[in-house]
Amino acid sequence: METLLDLLLAAGLVLVAVRAIHAPALFTAVVLYIAFGLLLSLVWVRLGAADLALAEAAIGAGVTGALLLETAAQLGFGKERPMALRGIPLLVLTALPVAGAVGVATFALAGETAGLKETVLARLQESGVEHPVTAVLLNFRGYDTWLEVIVLLAAVLGVRAITGSAARPGIGPASAPLPRSVAVVLPLAIVMGGYLLWRGTTAPGGAFQAGAVLGSAGILYLLVLRPTIELPRGVLFGASAGLGAIAFLVVGMAGLALEGEFLEYPTSAAGLLILLIELAVAISTAAALIFLFLGARPSVREERSA
Amino acid sequence: VTPFLVYGVAAGVLVGVGIHGVATRRNFVRQILALNVMGGGTFLFLIAVAFRNGPETPDPVPQALILTGIVVSVSVSALALAIARALHSRSGRTSLPDEDLE
Repeated sequence: METLLDLLLAAGLVLVAVRAIHAPALFTAVVLYIAFGLLLSLVWVRLGAADLALAEAAIGAGVTGALLLETAAQLGFGKERPMALRGIPLLVLTALPVAGAVGVATFALAGETAGLKETVLARLQESGVEHPVTAVLLNFRGYDTWLEVIVLLAAVLGVRAITGSAARPGIGPASAPLPRSVAVVLPLAIVMGGYLLWRGTTAPGGAFQAGAVLGSAGILYLLVLRPTIELPRGVLFGASAGLGAIAFLVVGMAGLALEGEFLEYPTSAAGLLILLIELAVAISTAAALIFLFLGARPSVREERSA
Repeated sequence: VTPFLVYGVAAGVLVGVGIHGVATRRNFVRQILALNVMGGGTFLFLIAVAFRNGPETPDPVPQALILTGIVVSVSVSALALAIARALHSRSGRTSLPDEDLE
């Protein structure tokens, strides 16, 4: 029964992906991509990765889907030029070897190994949190996560440099049900974000999932309730987008001074420090997602001239 | 047939389909979409590896790695799409010129 479910999910993923890439209409393609992201988050649940399911649904399917849709609308959903290099030769040259290599790797790896699970579980007590994924993310491999936050910041700065900081149009004045439903959703989203953040120390959840929920709530609020959205500039912009990276750096340097190693936490304070970093990362992830989405909208000036 | 084999093979196919899409499709949005499908395949492979000893506590290290990967891939997509929009508003292009290819 479980195998049947796995086969159906896997086949569904591949089918939706092929359709998303090759559907004739671009609009259909983007909607299918969002469906692909949601199917993928179902697979994450099936494979015991609830953290990823949350992040994939909100960021992978949600934010990436919204950005693709916005860009497709501006580039035009019109006819695309035919495919560059047609046919079987290219398929044989590119796709098949890679698919084959991953397939061979799959069969070669099929034996049982412990992986790094035992190593992580053995030291989990000292990490300051009880959820192994959060322990890896913010303690054992904190360096990776710090750089990830910087990559997100770099993307925000890049998009800002390309699109400028002019005000963006909202979708208002919207008819009454929309603002009212935002008034209901917004407090719920804030509570939900706070809960996910807190919950991340003992169970799936954490800074990025909380940031994604808060960010989408912020986007919804700005779009629906503001006719024009002024983007923050200068220090306010830097502080909101850079908070996570700065908090990481400060805690990391404190570790270097006190414990002799960058991002090394004293065991007794590890839980508190991790929660502080997560709070900062959640806020700047939310801000980053809001900036990335608003940056994708044409500015008020461009819209008037168009 | 274990879940690891099913999803591992599906991951291989997704990476292949994605590469093929990046190489053959011309529209920017379509190429960035295909790149994300490729990324999805890579993520799926690593998460299937994390699960290969069964449902009893999957390996947390690949899971943390992919959580990082999801955030990095939305960053890459957002920047790539911004470049595509900027190119479109300056030149009206929706794809790269193909003089180099032919």
